[in-house]
Amino acid sequence: MLLTRTIPVLLLHGHGLNKTRQFDYWKYLGDPVNAVRIFNEKEVDELIVLDIDASREGFGPRIKEIVELAGECFMPMCYGGGITDLEQIKRLLSEGIEKVSLNTAVHTTPSLVEKAARDFGSQSIVVSIDVRRNADGRYSVFSNCGRKDRGIDPVAFAVQAKNLGAGEIMLYDIDRDGMKNGYNLELIKAVSDAVDIPVIACGGAGRLEHLSEAISAGAHAVAAGSLFVLIGRLDAVLISYPPQAELEKLYAGSGVFA
Amino acid sequence: MIAIVDHGYANIRSVDRMLRRLNQIPVVAERPSDLKRASKIILPGIGAFDGPMRRLRELGFIDALHEHAIVRQRPILGICVGMQIMTRRSEEGEAAGLGWIEGECRRFRPPAEAKLRVPHMGWNKVAIAPDAKLFAAFGKEAKYYFVHSYYVALDDKSLNAATCSYGADFCASFQKGNIFGVQFHPEKSHRFGLGLLKAFAEL
Repeated sequence: MLLTRTIPVLLLHGHGLNKTRQFDYWKYLGDPVNAVRIFNEKEVDELIVLDIDASREGFGPRIKEIVELAGECFMPMCYGGGITDLEQIKRLLSEGIEKVSLNTAVHTTPSLVEKAARDFGSQSIVVSIDVRRNADGRYSVFSNCGRKDRGIDPVAFAVQAKNLGAGEIMLYDIDRDGMKNGYNLELIKAVSDAVDIPVIACGGAGRLEHLSEAISAGAHAVAAGSLFVLIGRLDAVLISYPPQAELEKLYAGSGVFA
Repeated sequence: MIAIVDHGYANIRSVDRMLRRLNQIPVVAERPSDLKRASKIILPGIGAFDGPMRRLRELGFIDALHEHAIVRQRPILGICVGMQIMTRRSEEGEAAGLGWIEGECRRFRPPAEAKLRVPHMGWNKVAIAPDAKLFAAFGKEAKYYFVHSYYVALDDKSLNAATCSYGADFCASFQKGNIFGVQFHPEKSHRFGLGLLKAFAEL
């Protein structure tokens, strides 16, 4: 059976890395190449790198920088940020990036997901869904790195993404980003019950137990930022990742293996 | 010298990077004549069966590969679809395979109640056959990264070098004399993949 994946998320901001809080810039972490090199040495299952400036400022993937990061990875890497067309996806995949994550483009040109899945296979196409709870208590999907409220229900949007050909859903709770108070289990359950493709939960992990909670709630993989880049009450920058044996023990008996 | 065959349906760059980590300077073979000086060949592949197979024919690689693997019996390693095209055929396409390995490729058809998704994608563990030459002595922790919807079904199970399980057991690696195939991606499997490529480089 497949092993449960535990995935660090790195956010590119300018030429460095930033850890955000509720999608606002918060803490400068340092040099991306160095961070990726350390995660490679720690043998992480997979790495997600998101350029959080790209869709806010309207530029495409910074290929040169991304390729340099992929060069440090002896594991699958997923890139997201500013992807708007097939040529960019083709280029990224040919440079050794395993998967691309689409977000804003799914709203503006849904056919991109369809075409990309057809040309490169669903396994390479992740649809990222950023969710925030509105004042009326209802969840809504946001694009442009949390800037634009699309007024769509995340469950309906996940089903739509799956039907377009997405191979995975990355479900990111904006309100919990950087808060370290645990994942949004209710949201994870609702989305993973609605689709038969893997759901990667993101946003809120502060302790290892949070990871297994998300898996028990129905997530197929867990992604986290703060948990793997910050340490202690003062949130000092320290890159860490649990040994494989510890993760296997953590997930034993929780959730599914697919 | 190791040559990596570039038929356009593969992640050449990742394989190249891992070999360089092992202090190998591989040659990327874009035409058959590039294989002349190769002592070993890596045949990578992603995507569907017919793509790389047709492209190898168009580029005139078939005879050069046959010369290396069958006539001279020099080591060759197929990765993912590169492994699959060493068999006779696949349910995935129309093209004939290289036919070096007695077997064919079938699609995963897990029973609905198993709730297993296809493709089989992610990290999985394998059971290694006692005489498998490429699998270094990692303990129970060894795991490999897989992305595939089709698998090799061998006629002769004695060629099986490693077994993986996804709904049912399937061949994660075969070995027939100088011909090796792995279904997973060693170039994306940390030190476990590095160890495998090292063993191949040192054959």
